[in-house]
Amino acid sequence: MPQAQAQGLPAATTGDITPEPVREGIDLIVNGERFKHTGDPLMPLLWYLRDVLRLTGTKVGDAQGKDGYDLVLVNGKAVPAITWPMAKLVDARVTTVEGLARADGGLHPLQQAFIDEDAIGCGYCTAGWLIAGIDLLTRKPKASDEDIDKLPNRCRCGCQTRVRRAIKRAAGAQA
Amino acid sequence: MSGRVQLSRRRFLQVLAGTAGALVVGIGHADAEVPIPPAMLGDDFGQLGAYVRIDREGNVLIGARDPDTGTGTATSLPRIIAEELDADWTRVTVMPLGLGVEAKDGKPVWIYGHQRSGTGDSIPAAWADLRQAGALARWLITQAAARRLGFAADRLRCESGVVVTPDGRRFPYGSLVEAASKIDPPAAPLPLKPPQRYTLIGHPAGDVDARHIVTGRTRYAIDTHYADALVAVLAQCPWPDGSLASIETAPALAIKGVVKVMPINPEADVPPGQTAIAPAVAVLAENTWAALRGLAELKLEWKPGAHSADEDSAKLEARAIALLDTDSAPTTRVRDEGDLAAAGRKAARRVEATYVQPWLAHATPEPMNCLVRLDKDQASLVVPTQAPQQAWAVVQRLTGLAADRIAIEVPRVGGGYGRRLDHDYVAEAVMLAKAVDKPVRLMWTREQGLAHDYYRSGTVHKIKAIIGRKRQVIAWDQRLASASALSGRGTAADRLWTSEISAEQLPAGLVPNYRSDWYSLASAMPRGPFRGEPHVTNAFAVESFIDEIAHTLREDPLVTRLRLLGEARQIPLGGRRMLDVGRLLNVLKLVTDRVEWKNWLHNVNGMGVACWHIDGAYVAHAIEAAVHGEKLEIVRVVCAVDVGRVINPLGLQGQVAGATLDALSNALNPAITYKNGQVRQQSLQDYPLASMAQLPNDVEVITVPNDRAPTGASFLAMPTAAPALANAVFRASAVRVRRLPLMKELLRLL
Repeated sequence: MPQAQAQGLPAATTGDITPEPVREGIDLIVNGERFKHTGDPLMPLLWYLRDVLRLTGTKVGDAQGKDGYDLVLVNGKAVPAITWPMAKLVDARVTTVEGLARADGGLHPLQQAFIDEDAIGCGYCTAGWLIAGIDLLTRKPKASDEDIDKLPNRCRCGCQTRVRRAIKRAAGAQA
Repeated sequence: MSGRVQLSRRRFLQVLAGTAGALVVGIGHADAEVPIPPAMLGDDFGQLGAYVRIDREGNVLIGARDPDTGTGTATSLPRIIAEELDADWTRVTVMPLGLGVEAKDGKPVWIYGHQRSGTGDSIPAAWADLRQAGALARWLITQAAARRLGFAADRLRCESGVVVTPDGRRFPYGSLVEAASKIDPPAAPLPLKPPQRYTLIGHPAGDVDARHIVTGRTRYAIDTHYADALVAVLAQCPWPDGSLASIETAPALAIKGVVKVMPINPEADVPPGQTAIAPAVAVLAENTWAALRGLAELKLEWKPGAHSADEDSAKLEARAIALLDTDSAPTTRVRDEGDLAAAGRKAARRVEATYVQPWLAHATPEPMNCLVRLDKDQASLVVPTQAPQQAWAVVQRLTGLAADRIAIEVPRVGGGYGRRLDHDYVAEAVMLAKAVDKPVRLMWTREQGLAHDYYRSGTVHKIKAIIGRKRQVIAWDQRLASASALSGRGTAADRLWTSEISAEQLPAGLVPNYRSDWYSLASAMPRGPFRGEPHVTNAFAVESFIDEIAHTLREDPLVTRLRLLGEARQIPLGGRRMLDVGRLLNVLKLVTDRVEWKNWLHNVNGMGVACWHIDGAYVAHAIEAAVHGEKLEIVRVVCAVDVGRVINPLGLQGQVAGATLDALSNALNPAITYKNGQVRQQSLQDYPLASMAQLPNDVEVITVPNDRAPTGASFLAMPTAAPALANAVFRASAVRVRRLPLMKELLRLL
């Protein structure tokens, strides 16, 4: 390592002062932390989260994002991460399943309700259910069965009845 | 100090002093060439056999040997050990064990014993051998306490991680483990706890991974990575036996981050499931997005192969129906009792019906994927598999490495349903890693999982029954046509039926003149094991047909069933198999009592019932359905199961409710169809699993407490859900659905 760098000094040795180039990129906030994406602006948010930030709680689902496995909150609204290119996320606030709990580790009431109702099969679709459920409870704190019926998520292990109970439990806790 | 307790002729439990005074009960194998150094065993959890490590702070680490695909083994197996240990469950951490393999004379030795999930035998296998691990650790700790305190060991008792003396003093396990690790274990297996002292088995426990799952911290195989690994995605030939006609790679290679484009070909003469399912072209790139962009830029043309190009699901079905209508000889006569011809002479009535069920795909949530690193004399893999030993065989064949130089990690798996008993995706990943000399993370898309699956074959059942003057079923003649899931997999021709039908299934043993025939359908479409089969397809036909008999007799279908079942008794079904009619009657009574069956006979909504048995476990469903215009509402579902001793009641409820909903979802909408050898369902919208709105709001689960040895329950509740629904639909709408998917047929007939 050059000595200048080791001492924390700029490595430049010429007298020219070059203005710092304007940094290209997309600024966004993920789970409360600021990030700048400098790669392909067409990269879907899903691969940015999983490959770049290594936030793998948001799962790989189908190409159209219809199965609900890759749901994240963008500015508080549930959207499939596969269908949102980074270019659409300038200054966006993204929350993934990793960002649902409080900083002190306290769980969101819906996370706790999923544990209490044992609403987990293989667990692969759980993050998507949580995001969809939180989106619903934000819009309708006293979500009805008909509201829950409209959730887009699919599950092959058959957790739907337990997920329903968990959402209702969380709705009760919030009320 | 170390010692051993024989578990079987070759496997033994090994007691060792771990680092920092920990007590370790691991597993060894009499044939292992190099004994594991004790120091390593204490340090490296990866070297810990299937079982227990207790440190001086009282923390307990338990290894879970069977993959957890959502079947609950990560919770239930360790609780079996913790029970015998009298552990404090709140201090237990569970670690999924990778594949346990050692080498002996160039052959693999599976040191953990059973390592497979989703085939219903995890719990019975654990019951047979894992309890000893906990019992041994507890015995050692008790001995250590006895020596320190001057009491006879049999005057001490253990509870929740503490040894209690007769005068009420309490010594935590952590304070005793260092001394315990220096005690020689007994030579013979220890006596096990009497069930009345159980505090964990039979008591509910949430999933050990629940907190990590809801916070997104659980890493599935698809979430794992090596920094220098290339991401590989595939374009697959639409015909399994097709080939590449032309390829243009330049536009794909021009994408930034794409490193290589290369074809993969299935190896000749390798059974299905152990090599690539079809020819493919892989795009390898530095990240997933680059790989997928490269894939989109590939210009490919495929040509069909000799066999699969003419495959057509509609034609196969027509062929099957025609075959069962002739009197041609079956491929296999599965069961033949009594004299059907003689019974025909006593016929008061005859009932006959044909049932058609579609091809199905596994549609696993987590796509097929595999992470592999090949070094000069070592392979390291992370594999989402139900059967790590089978995955090992694929890696070993392709790399030629020594048995114990192949390390396979199996994190929690995003659903199996039988798909991950096959390892085509492991073969592909290893082939790619060999070719590029770099670690590879292979990932299929979910859509590719649909279009390139080892499908469940479609089935056609034709059943004829002869009814005697006293309304009793005196003869049952059942024919099934299907394409065996075992074809091409090394199974003898006269055993191909075993994946398609059970010789012991209902009503075998209950009808004096009984015949069950299987007709083999030739098909080039790939097939493989599927959750709950062969029971799901057969129960749909049989349990629908019993209601059709009731309809012919103009009587309550429960009355027909009770007459067919008769008195509570044991009926030998061949081999060691028994049908315990009393247990079957009991689950049937539990669901019909719960829904107050008699009140339903004339209601607008329909109530349907079905019952079944699988390997000594019993299940019944009662389902209430309403048909409003073109909308089907599943109003209420009750399921009763008798699985022997229940290890984790909460886990069992989840498995039963889950299997019920999975079976309903499979029956309501989806079907795989193909024409010219090409699967038509190319997106998840073409293969709709049930939405929240289509499914019932609740599944009421009733479990029968009993103290028989536990059985597997992960798919027990699948077979009876769809026929109970079809029977309910008939009561509600007078439409008899004899063809699945149910919604399509119901709308056609309404």
